[in-house]
Amino acid sequence: MQEVIKHVACPYCGACCDDLEVTVDDGKIIEVKNACIIGTEIYHHASREGRVGTPRRRQPDGTYKDITYEEAIDFTAKMLIKAKKPLIFGFGSTNCEGMAAAGRVAEDAGAVLDNCASICHGSSFLAIFDTGYPSCTLGEVKNRADVVIYWGSNPAHAHPRHMSRYGIFPRGFFTGKGARGRKVIVIDPRYTDTARCANQFLQVQQGHDYELFDAFRMVMHGYAADVPAIVAGVPKEKILEACDVIKAGRYVHIFFGMGLCHSDGRNHNVDIAINLVRDVNEYTKCTIMAMRGHYNIAGPGIVWAWQFGFPYCIDLTKGSVAHMNPGETSSVDLANRGEIDAFINIGTDAGAHFPIRAFEKIGGAGIPMVTIDPSVNMAATVSDVHIPVAIVGVETGGICYRMDNVPIQYRAVVKPFNGILTDEQLFDKIYERMQELKNAGIECDGTWDYATPLADVRPIKEVYQ
Amino acid sequence: MTEYIIKNGCVIDPTQGINGQKMDICIKDGKIVDKVSNSAKVIDATGKTVMAGGVDIHSHVAGPKVDAGRLFRPEDKLFKSPNRKSNLRMEMGFSVPSVSKTGYDYARMGYGFVMEAAMPPLEAAHVHEEIRDTPIIDEAAMPVLGNNWFLLEYFKNHEIENAGAYASWILNATRGYALKCVNPGGTEAWGWGLNCITIHDKVPYFDITPAEIVKGLIETNEYLRLPHSIHVHANNLGNPGNYTTTLDTLKLVEGYKANNDFGREQVMHHTHLQFHCYGGDSFKSSSFESKSKEVMDYVNKQKGLTIDTGNVTLDETTTMTADGPFEYHLTHLNHLKWTNVDIELETAAGIVPFIYDPKTYIAGAQWAIGLELPLFAKDKDRCFITTDHPNAGPFWRYPRIYKWLLSANARNDLIKNELKYGDKVLDTTYIGELSDKEISLYELAQMTRSGVAKALGLSNLYGSLKTGMNANVAVYDIDPENLPSDPEQYETAFGNVFAFFKDGVLCIENHDIVNYSMPKKTVWVNSIVPENKQVERDIRDKFLHSYTVDLENYAVQEEHVHNPYAIKVDITE
Amino acid sequence: MNTVTITMVKQPQLFLEADLITPDQFAGKSIEAIGAIEISEGKIKYPLASFAKIEGVSGATAAETKIVLNGDLTRVKRIGQQMTAGEIIINSNVDMYTGGWMKGGKITVNGNADSFTGIAMAGGELTINGNCQNHVGSAYRGDWRGMTGGVLRVTGNVGNDIGTFMRGGTIIVGGDAFIHVHTHGEGGTIIVKGNIQARVGGQSVKGDIFVNGKIDFMMPGYKYVEDVEKDVDGVKAVYAHYVGDLGERHPEAKGQKVFTNLYLKK
Repeated sequence: MQEVIKHVACPYCGACCDDLEVTVDDGKIIEVKNACIIGTEIYHHASREGRVGTPRRRQPDGTYKDITYEEAIDFTAKMLIKAKKPLIFGFGSTNCEGMAAAGRVAEDAGAVLDNCASICHGSSFLAIFDTGYPSCTLGEVKNRADVVIYWGSNPAHAHPRHMSRYGIFPRGFFTGKGARGRKVIVIDPRYTDTARCANQFLQVQQGHDYELFDAFRMVMHGYAADVPAIVAGVPKEKILEACDVIKAGRYVHIFFGMGLCHSDGRNHNVDIAINLVRDVNEYTKCTIMAMRGHYNIAGPGIVWAWQFGFPYCIDLTKGSVAHMNPGETSSVDLANRGEIDAFINIGTDAGAHFPIRAFEKIGGAGIPMVTIDPSVNMAATVSDVHIPVAIVGVETGGICYRMDNVPIQYRAVVKPFNGILTDEQLFDKIYERMQELKNAGIECDGTWDYATPLADVRPIKEVYQ
Repeated sequence: MTEYIIKNGCVIDPTQGINGQKMDICIKDGKIVDKVSNSAKVIDATGKTVMAGGVDIHSHVAGPKVDAGRLFRPEDKLFKSPNRKSNLRMEMGFSVPSVSKTGYDYARMGYGFVMEAAMPPLEAAHVHEEIRDTPIIDEAAMPVLGNNWFLLEYFKNHEIENAGAYASWILNATRGYALKCVNPGGTEAWGWGLNCITIHDKVPYFDITPAEIVKGLIETNEYLRLPHSIHVHANNLGNPGNYTTTLDTLKLVEGYKANNDFGREQVMHHTHLQFHCYGGDSFKSSSFESKSKEVMDYVNKQKGLTIDTGNVTLDETTTMTADGPFEYHLTHLNHLKWTNVDIELETAAGIVPFIYDPKTYIAGAQWAIGLELPLFAKDKDRCFITTDHPNAGPFWRYPRIYKWLLSANARNDLIKNELKYGDKVLDTTYIGELSDKEISLYELAQMTRSGVAKALGLSNLYGSLKTGMNANVAVYDIDPENLPSDPEQYETAFGNVFAFFKDGVLCIENHDIVNYSMPKKTVWVNSIVPENKQVERDIRDKFLHSYTVDLENYAVQEEHVHNPYAIKVDITE
Repeated sequence: MNTVTITMVKQPQLFLEADLITPDQFAGKSIEAIGAIEISEGKIKYPLASFAKIEGVSGATAAETKIVLNGDLTRVKRIGQQMTAGEIIINSNVDMYTGGWMKGGKITVNGNADSFTGIAMAGGELTINGNCQNHVGSAYRGDWRGMTGGVLRVTGNVGNDIGTFMRGGTIIVGGDAFIHVHTHGEGGTIIVKGNIQARVGGQSVKGDIFVNGKIDFMMPGYKYVEDVEKDVDGVKAVYAHYVGDLGERHPEAKGQKVFTNLYLKK
């Protein structure tokens, strides 16, 4: 029997569109309306052939054999207890309930807890630590903003409905003319598809956004005359012209993306952007927002801030207090430096997203590794154990935080495939098993007798071929 | 369930007029009972003070703004977090503690209920998520409504029934407790970078004044017969000379009468009054002065008001408020990092770290003003102690404030020895005039228990040791018959409760937390009003055109409200 | 001054955190007691003696205690953290946070040091006879109070974020720096004798920066004032004086705006 489930929130990008209509027939997803093409695919993925329905353990020959949840949970719990410094990384694609449960496990295990922000908008966190975050919810942009700036971000591709729902086109309460009433400025080294929607496009020299921001700030501080003729590849007239638009705006909003947080200087590109927002507020209202990638990548930062006071890169190994210092306690640095001895890849794909040399230090170094993910991703193909879980937003609900930190309540549209567990259930079971093992006298000694023997780990190049 | 008998303690319970009488308190099945069997576990409280569990009327402990404060201040954790106790979760943070530290520290002070002071309706699910992870304490949260577009429009047209229908819908949708009002009109003006400084400044576009908003909220609140009154943070917070705005705001209660079945008498609770009692026209000691007496003279004679203090504790802390323009103003004063979140159609929030440095004149004066309020208060059942946590200081400093109130010596010592500009503070405030004034333990119990519970309309749940009450009981190492000569002992005893029962479960025994997994309550008001098609249509319309979430995803779903405890208020009956 | 010599005899599998290797902790302790001082590798705490041989004798106070570290300390973090007095000599490369939050005394590293060397340093002398990675003399994340005092000298090259949020003290770099020097600075002095790629003095409020080599990309917010002769680390030379960052707020003193001074050697 066909059923249409409405007001479904989409588990793809940080725009968290919550107006999807999903048609389900006998537990199978038939049609998805309102979603972008990428969001649609996630729903169809749930019903696709080849889903893994049980935990799997890698065999010495590299093949995988199905194991029970009990075995997989026991392996993971033992690994967490025995390792001196296990790393739990990921959480780009799960709900906050799972993140809270993982927080409890990580604290009990004395692990390092990190999320995908570490390789994404983590540098924006560093900027927020230093400068704060004068921001707003997306509805403020929709209802008030008449000047919208996309800096180093390309929503046309990365957040397909962002411009239509929030940024450029919507007609809001004070913005009844929609796109016609908005001035759009795009700043990017490339003429992107987003730039095609802009009234003004400033082509910044790659890696020199910081200098360009400085020039904008000089204008705001009354030093327009001292701005050099060309800054970061942009002629002075264009900078002054953009500043005039900004100053004349009633409400100015800057969306920034990984163009800022992933070029040289990283956090400082963002922190100077935030300082520009402070400056602009002397003239008119101005707010800023990070274009967060995954639908709930804001979630772990929020959940762990209330649990530990830190959003990411949380070293819990001391047992007494949590410690955070990206550069040291960040996943890629830990992996690169050989500073961890066990790895859980959850709700992400470290295999695809870590720098190859960092991942080789985990996947190729005989460090025991568990992947918790609905799909068979690259990390799963080199893990000792792969535990499939329900797809959030499709097979289970929960709270997820949109890019503006607004909690969106997700819905399940079908039952979990093959009765697999949710992340929260899985982490709670791992926690229970850890208590049993600890009570039975298992303790941290850094030994690996339970892991796949080192000799049988395939070279990483072979795995990728 | 286990039975307990707290034997031979000096009981202080203003709800029964008990003032230090030696008696036993019996606990069975989570309730206070007249007697228990011989098998009851005995807690020897000889030479100790026994009070009901503390009740906090205003504290920012859970939700988006609090969490943003935690997130953006890693330095608030570094070398400042206590080491984890082996049986507890980690306790991180100084001024904005993690949820675990929040629950534990309230328990350590003997508190059983905390009101989260500001819940943006759009982000209510976040508040409830944090409440789920906060151990021990019962909580409730107040949706922020003083700049809500629906209400601004209804108030402009004097449509109190519509405002009531909408407010009732919000309370149910957010699982909220009371109507909170922060910088009425000013926060909406902040949407355009502006503010409303007096109660007669027009709100841009909405063409309404703060005075009209406050009066509209009072009328709505009493129309809905809610347990708590409206909870107001007035315009012009923190600015020199703001006491006139404060008095203007307080006087708006004139002509209104409380209408409820919960024993509440006030029609307005004004929060963190310390920040609103300033005279002068700059922060310089030559100009800035205390106007606490002027404000408290009015409060004392106006029974329609209750207040809480917002005491400055002279710490490095984190200010956070839905008063967006104020935080912008503050970041310009101290040049420290500034977070701001404007929330569509509803409210805003700003966060800035702040150091109340005893070496500055202004911090000393603010400290003094905060203490003047309770010392001037004639009716201690209408004046409550808070720090507006974490704005004027972290909540876990309450015991230090008690010390300053219970001991004139402690206060005078600080003025003399710790304040760099103690003499100037004496000149420009009333603290010198009050130099020999002290409050009693009984008055302290009024200001932290019985009075608070009454003002919240929660007298049936908290703040009393009457038979049949939920057994929230705190036992402190203070002997009322032999009060400590060293005021420090007050701070130690009140910060480190000897024994604490939460809902009849022994949570702290011999100063240590022994159990933190007792049942908790999220208290909310289930307000029922007559069907209102107009408001239903308005809600659909605003969600269709202005909000960025679907109406069907706005109300907090049942599964995301944890341990709900509904207080039903049906005005259709 | 008494000397305690520590020689690494065993390498950790991961990294060691040795924040208790300071004269403050060693002072007045017997060799056995020093050997029992905890160092941690991940979540396991070991006595120092399980990784190192300890010889000599400590002084009665920190000021009278000198610690000499030999062997390979490449994987040891936090040596000299929060020390207030005394001396540490490290004859090896070291890992992160060497001399972090130090208030006094002297540390000499005869080798390279990793990142966060001298983080939030408040006093004393910290000398690295080698190269450093990033965040030398920087602030802890989120803190606006970075390095406030002392002298931090690196003879070799450094990475990015040198003296971020610096408020006082002096950083002297013998070689090159990558990017972000004195970012968000509000005081203090940084001398870089080699070249810097970019972003010198960005968002800096006040303070002094001397660069003897060249800067590939100047911040637009710096404005040339005049040529001046300056004595920099004992050497006199003519520098082009710039003020900035014109894009940042600046305090006023005696009715004049106070800028950050950038001196670029002619």
